[in-house]
Amino acid sequence: MGKLFGVVLAIITVVSAGFIVAHVWWMPVDISTIGPRIDRQLDETMLATGVLFLSSQLILAAFAWKFGDDKERKIKYFPGGGGPLIVFAIILVGMEILVLSFVGSKVWASIYMTPPEQGSLQVDVAAEQFAFNFRYPGPDGKFGTVHPERVRDGNGNFFGLDPENDVDARDDVIVGTLTVPLGQPVALTMHSKDMIHSFYVPELRIQQDIVPGLTIPLHFTATKVGKFEIVCTQLCGLGHYSMRSFLEVLPQDQFDQWLKSQSGD
Amino acid sequence: MQARYALLPVLFALTVAVASVGPAPAGTIEGKVTYTGTPPKMKPIDMSKEPTCAKEHNPPLLSENVVTGPANALQYVVVYISAGEQSAQPPSEPVRFDQKGCMYVPHILPMHTNQPLQIYTDDPFTHNIHPMPKRNPEWNKSQPPGAPPIDTKWGTPEFIEVKCNIHPWMHGYFAVLNTSHYAVTDNEGNYSLKGLPPGKYTVTAWQEQYSTQSQEVTVGATGAASVNFVFKVTPYLY
Amino acid sequence: MSSPEPAVHHHGPPQSFIRKYIFSLDHKVIGKQYYGLALIAVLAGLILSWLMRIHLGWQAAAIPLLGKLSPTGAPGNVMTPDYYLSLMTMHATLMIFFVLTTAPFAAFGNYLLPIQVGAEDMAFPRFNMMSFWVTFVAFVVLILSFFVGDGPPLAGWTSYAPLSSVGGVAGPGQGTGQTLWAVSIAIFCIGQLLGSLNFITTTLDLRTKGMSLARMPLSTWGWFVTSVIALLAFAALLPACVLLILDRTAGTSFFSSAGLVVNDQVLPHSGGSPLLWQHLFWFFGHPEVYIAILPGFGIISTVLPAFARKRILSSRAVIGCMVSIGFLSYMVWGHHMFVSGMNPFSAVLFSLPTLIITIPATIMVLLWLGTLYGARMRYTASALFSVGFISVFITGGLSGFFLAQPSLDTYLHATYFVVAHFHFVMALAAMFGIFAGTYFWFPKMFGRMMNETLGKWHFWLTFIGVYCVFMPMHYLGLAGNVRRYAAFTDNYLAPLIPLHRFISISAFFVGAAQLIFFFNLFWSRFWGAKATDNPWEATTLEWSTTSPPPFDNFGGRHLVVYHGPEEYGVDSDTLEYVMQTAPEQIKTT
Ligand code: HEM
Ligand SMILES: [Cu+2]
Ligand SMILES: [Cu+2]
Repeated sequence: MGKLFGVVLAIITVVSAGFIVAHVWWMPVDISTIGPRIDRQLDETMLATGVLFLSSQLILAAFAWKFGDDKERKIKYFPGGGGPLIVFAIILVGMEILVLSFVGSKVWASIYMTPPEQGSLQVDVAAEQFAFNFRYPGPDGKFGTVHPERVRDGNGNFFGLDPENDVDARDDVIVGTLTVPLGQPVALTMHSKDMIHSFYVPELRIQQDIVPGLTIPLHFTATKVGKFEIVCTQLCGLGHYSMRSFLEVLPQDQFDQWLKSQSGD
Repeated sequence: MQARYALLPVLFALTVAVASVGPAPAGTIEGKVTYTGTPPKMKPIDMSKEPTCAKEHNPPLLSENVVTGPANALQYVVVYISAGEQSAQPPSEPVRFDQKGCMYVPHILPMHTNQPLQIYTDDPFTHNIHPMPKRNPEWNKSQPPGAPPIDTKWGTPEFIEVKCNIHPWMHGYFAVLNTSHYAVTDNEGNYSLKGLPPGKYTVTAWQEQYSTQSQEVTVGATGAASVNFVFKVTPYLY
Repeated sequence: MSSPEPAVHHHGPPQSFIRKYIFSLDHKVIGKQYYGLALIAVLAGLILSWLMRIHLGWQAAAIPLLGKLSPTGAPGNVMTPDYYLSLMTMHATLMIFFVLTTAPFAAFGNYLLPIQVGAEDMAFPRFNMMSFWVTFVAFVVLILSFFVGDGPPLAGWTSYAPLSSVGGVAGPGQGTGQTLWAVSIAIFCIGQLLGSLNFITTTLDLRTKGMSLARMPLSTWGWFVTSVIALLAFAALLPACVLLILDRTAGTSFFSSAGLVVNDQVLPHSGGSPLLWQHLFWFFGHPEVYIAILPGFGIISTVLPAFARKRILSSRAVIGCMVSIGFLSYMVWGHHMFVSGMNPFSAVLFSLPTLIITIPATIMVLLWLGTLYGARMRYTASALFSVGFISVFITGGLSGFFLAQPSLDTYLHATYFVVAHFHFVMALAAMFGIFAGTYFWFPKMFGRMMNETLGKWHFWLTFIGVYCVFMPMHYLGLAGNVRRYAAFTDNYLAPLIPLHRFISISAFFVGAAQLIFFFNLFWSRFWGAKATDNPWEATTLEWSTTSPPPFDNFGGRHLVVYHGPEEYGVDSDTLEYVMQTAPEQIKTT
């Protein structure tokens, strides 16, 4: 039985790791300036844990293979006892922890703990069951005031604006697709009307919960033109699976044209 | 006491007799609903979230809050008899509400109180139907593809907004009325209420954005009466 | 030399059926009751996971009879997205609370802890009985939610506010069902508080003569540390649930912020904080996963040496690891909240203790591996599940390295990578611990052996099956597949659907393999071979009494302990192993 266990475990281990090594299912392309650093961090972690995974599972398999109920053999104790193993674990894992958290914290800080660049494109995000809506300030550069009691999906007043009495609100551009210029920093201010939602674009490598009652900032710079999905990752009700929108990255000139066409009328 | 109740069967017999006196002389109320002012521009609906629908409606449909027609016509106005009618039994044949290509068909569905209502889905993905009444009980049910129609009815007259949380642009109304004499204006703003016995009536027109207007009208023995409505509109949808 | 009698509770065996089997004060009966409850819950949870997997593989599949159970949840037998989430919530709640807390901790702990320390019963038998029946009421309340209005809640086992706190406006499942959930969990907390008090007192006060803390079996250590964690954890969850119930029923706003607009209606809440719920919940929730797994550590560290026929490499180190894991488990709850909107700097602070926890975990794995080295391992079903435990725990622990880093969590959070991680490290490891424990202690509990052949089949199908089910979930997560999705409508998820189908089919196999286990349990209970007092040649106190033990555990004897708990493979001419109660003269090296 022990031998069989060793063989089965070895096969499982190798096959499991094989799919990872071959990148059969893997992360989508990365399209943000911080993406490469996150990917590198992930690769390094994968390498470290991969080595640990292969070695520990294969050692387990080998021990199971070798040390079955063999009456001839005398019981042996691990040379040196537990002490060296404990020291080994502390040093090995300790170093890995230090390295990973030192590098990782810097990556984390560069996304979440640095303010957006001056002159970033401001976009206001309103999440609701089960859609994202985006608002650009329009030519006046000012967002209209939000009145929660005026919010209505039925007539498209997702932000609760009052254009009749609020001049700033009249030219606000409200769209269901987040359109951004290539290579320009974008600063989102995110709000949720009802439940906790989350803004996740796998290609941007960013995820951030949007908590009702808080204004949540998030910033990124896209480095590739294209259309990508924005999905909600925080359970927000029955339509959670369907809560999505698109991120469209356009070259600057096309973006300007688009913005103008939206606020033109 | 006793005597009063004894009269009830007689009354009942009379009612039956009156009701069964052949086709009563029927009048019609007709008219047109128009607007003055600048109506808001309807925005194209972004259905990219549901690719099947986005493909089906290309170029995109416009939202249906304020739909206008030629010569300042106003579509999707519910016109109905709000007073003057003998109270009637709800018809037993059901009215049908469809979800088709991520839109409600029809956009506004009028019906009698307690008239059976059937909600169908023709789409290959799940919708949830979420009517948001103020006076009737609220509910919210999902309908996966192939699910049987939802059978329901509404007991209290009310204009009930209905939405799909999964497709937030889906937006329609159940107009639950205490009458079977109702109509929804077409793209020319026209409507007609047929089969009205002679008498004095109040006709009411309701538009989802601009609320209601009423007029009184008398229908003669054979004649057709004409009632027109004019809504004042602003360019602001909200 | 006379010694004072150990402080053991004395109460005569009950006569009536009700006192004997239903409202019993006997810790052994209560342990079996907990085990029975866990069996019912795990069967329900398993069936729910099947239903979920059918739906995830084949969205439009009609599932016979499901429409009967819930006409709104499955009109025309096709599952709605809300019902999927309800089933998921119930799956997780049943599994975490009513299986992984009850079976390894409350069931085995109740049955074995008093015997392993040489006591006649728990310190507070009446509290012990209440603990079970309160838990049972919690179970009934939870199940009731299947039969109310729009069905069970759908907010997940974490029940994040405001989805869980604003009531029916939040959508289907969030009406009465969610209230019942909160009430059920609050009641459950009370049951576990009573239980853990009992465990702690019994361990500290009722040990028999010679049973020093250092001579306590590692399984007892596992239950002891777990009960300390449970005492603190459930004491945090209970008030959180009470506040949630108040939010839902009394109009308070602890967890709902001001200005919520749900379906165009402005809700009248103000001053609450959704993040407060998360902090309270995870202050309980992270220790909870150790409540699920620590008894497993203990069980494996007891079972493994018994089959390896040698001492564990360093039992002091194992105890140290369990204690430090228990301690650290209170400092890491924030790692569930890296992207929750809390101050991003706290993510860095929570990340470090999280990574540090991997040190004691690694040490333990190395000690188990070191124990296997040079062993003469008897591969029974129980032993197979023990080595299987090591394998799944390694796999699950390693994915923790990713999730513990905020900079990777921003990509992997709330994806199937997390689902894979916690199923391996908590669900599977704990289940393997339960299985190892069941095959090991069943003879003691019921006086009959379990069928080994069926047990081995059960192991092989389960072991291979769970890797087929849960390993690919890592790949899904890496590809960005979000969890808690009732359907995969996003374009980038379309290529992953075949993988989902593979997982579903594997899950049906794994589930079917569990039926072997159920069959084995019931068959062996009545027709299994009679068990001797010590079929595994093990050393701890439960093997020094009859199978099953008499009402007072040792038939009036007061055992005296002279040896450590795992004297296997000793260098003695006459004995291969030394029972804890063996006379002092027997030498062990
Ligand atoms: C064959 C066995 C099992 C299968 C096939 C299975 C499958 C699943 C699936 C499909 C999900 C939902 C994933 C999602 O939609 O995000 C899930 C969630 C979950 N399962 Fe299991 N599961 C199994 C056993 C267990 C066990 C033994 C536990 C014990 C702890 C467990 C605990 C959980 C938890 C805590 C969740 C998370 C629910 C949430 O997100 O709130 N599962 N499982
Ligand atoms: Cu959402
Ligand atoms: Cu819909």
